[in-house]
Amino acid sequence: MWFARLSFRMTEHDQRTLYRLQACPFCERVVRKLDEYGLEYKSRFVEPLHSERDVVKRVSGSRTVPVLVGPETGATLTESANIVEYLDAEYGKGGN
Amino acid sequence: MELGFDVVDLPSHDALTEGDEAPEFVRPLVNDEYWEDTALSEVAPALVVFYPMNGSFPATYIWQEVRDRGWMERATVVGVTVSTPYSHKSFLGRYGLDARLFADPSNEVAREYGVVHDLDGMEGVEEPRPAVFLIDGEMSVEYAWVAQEHPEFPPYEEIENAL
Repeated sequence: MWFARLSFRMTEHDQRTLYRLQACPFCERVVRKLDEYGLEYKSRFVEPLHSERDVVKRVSGSRTVPVLVGPETGATLTESANIVEYLDAEYGKGGN
Repeated sequence: MELGFDVVDLPSHDALTEGDEAPEFVRPLVNDEYWEDTALSEVAPALVVFYPMNGSFPATYIWQEVRDRGWMERATVVGVTVSTPYSHKSFLGRYGLDARLFADPSNEVAREYGVVHDLDGMEGVEEPRPAVFLIDGEMSVEYAWVAQEHPEFPPYEEIENAL
């Protein structure tokens, strides 16, 4: 059983993970951008209630979504405008 | 408990049995903080507990028993039923469960495993019948139990010996 738990944890840093709330327009904006650049990601859905979002606070320092955790560096990005700007710079025409 | 009458039998089933290969599936897997699409093979080896929808008394009885027996400390325990991820999250919190629950509103996973219960008096609603499968790391069924009566509860001692 320890093996199952270990492998579960190992995938956490291998994948681009989007913490999101169902029907949140800021989250959908990031999803659209990820899809535009053909980037794979794993969705983690959290609760509408801010007070129930401790997991988001642990990864980003605040309880707001979206939060994107990158696979390359493990960098955590918050605020949809920042995330979109980062993705455009990394993967858009202006990037490498 | 002596009821003085026969408990209703469930129809015969074609559920998986020991030695069968467990069908792979992907569904939102809910923990106490979030949910994400997860394949059964990502969590196997695991004890997979099919159970009636959250809110029914069998759901409550089964999970309180699993919690009190400490199975979650001994094995990876996952539940499967038709309830939504939101309902699962409340259910885990309400009963202090360390387990993770797959949300399968279409009941397709129960269909794949041969454990569908078509509910009388709730048109268009079905759920899994209680069933417990111990799946090993190679996705093979090591142990299987399926309810034959309505209601019927898992043979906890027998399952504990299989763990």
